This record gives sequence, C-alpha cells and structure tokens, in this order.
Amino acid sequence: MMHNERKAELRVRSIKNGTVIDHITAGNALNVLKILGIAGGTKAIVSVVMNVPSKRSASGRKDIVKIEDRELIPEEVDKIALIAPQATINIIRDYEVAQKNPVVWPDVISYIVKCPNLNCISNSNEPVFSKFKVLDSFVLRCVYCESIIDKDIAAYLI
Amino acid sequence: MLLRAQKTIKASAFNTYWMLEKQHIVSMRDFTREDVTFILDYAERMFPFARTGIELLQHKILALLFFEPSTRTQLSFDSAMKRLGGSTLSLSSEDSSILKGETITDTVKVVEGYADAIVLRHSREGAARMASEISNVPIINAGDGAGHHPTQTLLDLYTIRRESHLENLDIALLGDLKYGRTAHSLAYALNMFDANIALVAPDGLQMPSHIVDTLDSVTVTDNIDDVIHEVDVLYVTRIQKERFPDPNEYLRVAKSYRIYRSMLQGARDDLIILHPLPRVDEIATDVDQTKHAKYFQQAFYGIPVRMALLSIVMDKLL
Repeated sequence: MMHNERKAELRVRSIKNGTVIDHITAGNALNVLKILGIAGGTKAIVSVVMNVPSKRSASGRKDIVKIEDRELIPEEVDKIALIAPQATINIIRDYEVAQKNPVVWPDVISYIVKCPNLNCISNSNEPVFSKFKVLDSFVLRCVYCESIIDKDIAAYLI
Repeated sequence: MLLRAQKTIKASAFNTYWMLEKQHIVSMRDFTREDVTFILDYAERMFPFARTGIELLQHKILALLFFEPSTRTQLSFDSAMKRLGGSTLSLSSEDSSILKGETITDTVKVVEGYADAIVLRHSREGAARMASEISNVPIINAGDGAGHHPTQTLLDLYTIRRESHLENLDIALLGDLKYGRTAHSLAYALNMFDANIALVAPDGLQMPSHIVDTLDSVTVTDNIDDVIHEVDVLYVTRIQKERFPDPNEYLRVAKSYRIYRSMLQGARDDLIILHPLPRVDEIATDVDQTKHAKYFQQAFYGIPVRMALLSIVMDKLL
C-alpha cells in the first residue's frame, strides 16, 4: 500500500512554492477547486489527482490538489474543511513543507455557505451575510432561521 | 440599591446568553429550563396586576413593528405595556416606510432611538435574530415567518402549568405541524420539561424530522383517535388552506382534524384543550362550553406573561 501511495505522489511533480491539499475525500477535488475559485479560465498551475490509493481513508481512496505560487488563507481552509474534513494543507516554500496543517472545523462559518431556506433573512435584501453554527461534522445550523444542512454541503457553497 | 438587588436576582436566574446579549427574546433555543421556570414564576407574580395594572414602566416606550399583519399579538403586547404604565408606538405593514421598501435594518436603527424595546413580526425567518444583532435595545420576536414565536410558547407553557401541570405531561399537538411555528417552538420547550409528546398531523404536514429527532419521548400519528383519550393537554393548531393545491383535499383533511364535543367522551376528566387562535373551524363551537376548553383563558394569560417579559427586558422588576 505504501508503495502505491508513493506512486500516487509521483503522478505529478513536486512544486517549488504553493499549496498541496492532500487527503481530500475521494471525488471532492473539483469541489475544492470550486471553493478556491479555480475555474477553466485560471492562469494558475494546478494539478489534480483523483481516486488514488490511500491507507488513511476509509474508502481506500483520496484526491490531491496542488496549486503553484499560492498559499491558502484561513478562510479558504475553513471552506475546505466543510467538504473535505480529513484534508491536510501543506504550504510549500522552495520545495520544502513549510507548514503542515490538518483542516479544523470552525465553530461558526460566515459568508461561505448559502442558507437553503429561500425565505431566510440571510437571503433577503437586508445587509446581512449567511452565518452557520457548526453542530457536528457535516451538520450546520443557520444562525438566523435555524435551518439545518446535513448533507451535500458542497451544493450550498457561495 | 433596589436595582442592584434586582440585578443580583437576574444574574443568578438567567443563563449567560441572556446576561450577555442584552436580553433579547428571539428563540426558545436561547432559554434553559431554569430561565423558563423563572419567567413562569415571575409571570405568576405579575398575574394579579394583569387586570388592575401596576406603574412599573412609566415613561418607557415599546415599539410594535409589525411588518406582517397581526391583530391578536399586537393587541396583547399593547395591552401588557399599558397595564405596566408604559406607552406604545406602532408601525404596521400599511405604513409608508414599509410600503416604500425600507429594510428592517434601517427601521430598527431609527426606531431604537424612539423606544426602550422593540417587538418585531416579519414574514422572513431569522428577521428577529438579525435585528437583535444590530439593535441597542431589546428585540422581542413576535413571529418570524415559519420560524419562532417565543412569547406564544411561554404563554402556552404558563397556561399548561396553571391549568394542568408541566411535570410528567402527556400532550398531543394537532394540526399543521410542518409549517406551524407555534408547534415547533412548543415541542422544543416541552421537551425541556420531559413531556411525552404525540404529534398528530395529516400526511405532508407532519413535523420536520430535524425537530422530531430532538424530542426524547415522541409518538407520531395521523389519527387523533389514537391519542385523544391518553393526554392531559390537546393543543390544536390551524391547518391552512393555502398549503393544499386542491381545495377538496383541504376540505377533506380539515374535516378529519376537527374537534367536536362528542369526541371528548372517554377523554381524561382534566383534559384541557388549547389553541393559539385565531380559530377557523378546527374546534367546533360546542366544545367552548365544556370544562376542557381553555383557549380563551390562554389568550388572556398572554397579558401577565408579556408583562413579565417586558418588565424583565426593560430592567424594572416587580
């Protein structure tokens, strides 16, 4: 298995500076790109590896995203936590891992997820942004209307 | 000195949310069982003054902001404030700033300069919570869309405690449990008191599972006959016509959930029947004359409960 993982790492080359997001829940790499605002028109050098073997993941598979010359800011890490709670964020400087952080679920998340309740005040013309209390892994409760999101969080990302 | 004594009572009686958050009344989620018990006890002390009045809030002004029409709740708050010697300002959905499309945010920021507390009703869920984040005076939620109506819940609990009992309670909630905001808040609060709750609703109008899942002792059924003989309290809510695309389906369902006097044979002797009102035809008028009917008392109990809440949020305790 170790041998297989090493091979997975080698599928794409090491990067000099930037961010490697490892241990993304298999199948969610494209959602991670969506969260980071990386779409088809990007000029960034981005490598995506999907469904490679992983001994840490319960499914035995994981995704990896490498973004060159960009270090993620905390808000971006919070967003990734929502859809890939097992992910690890490695900040790379001059080919070395400068920081290695597991993502952490915040207590409250703002701006990131849209309330599914269209009649919620956070979906109105009032000057207020969405805000959710994080109850548990994968369960969010709107601070305003108390609606619950307990599945498919990626579908509600702003 | 008196004020300091009052603050000491409050500091020990209320949880930190209330102490830190300027004592807004937004959702039953913000209250502990101890908070609720304190409020109900305090409403009991206020009860003798619900008819005679007491000069507790002279020179205080309560703003009633009703972005959505309501007669009963507005009248009840108006009466409670005046019984306390205070006065009220009203803004209704017919008034010009609302018709011109002013945001709640702007309205609240203006009105907080004119009043010592604001009662807010709005058609959008979460409106009162948002207002509480921006207001410098206490916000009292008088209904936010299909969300919460905590003062209704507190007066329901007060009625249940006064006319029946809150400990070891068997209660059935009947009607539109999906959209009915009173039912959601009440179920949550009753669970704090370990009530056995039967949810009786037609298909498609049953209480959302994310609420049912939080209840510790709950039965779900679509047939009132399953439970009517086994409860201390029957809480009836309205089934709204607009929830049904087919008018004939509405008529069929509404009829099967109507309470008649004859259905009460075999019910517990001390059964009480409650309804947040207004009633359309969920309870036949022949029930009104039975000893079980307590819905008009329930409406009256809104006065001592709201007097208690206004006195607490405006920091002038009896």
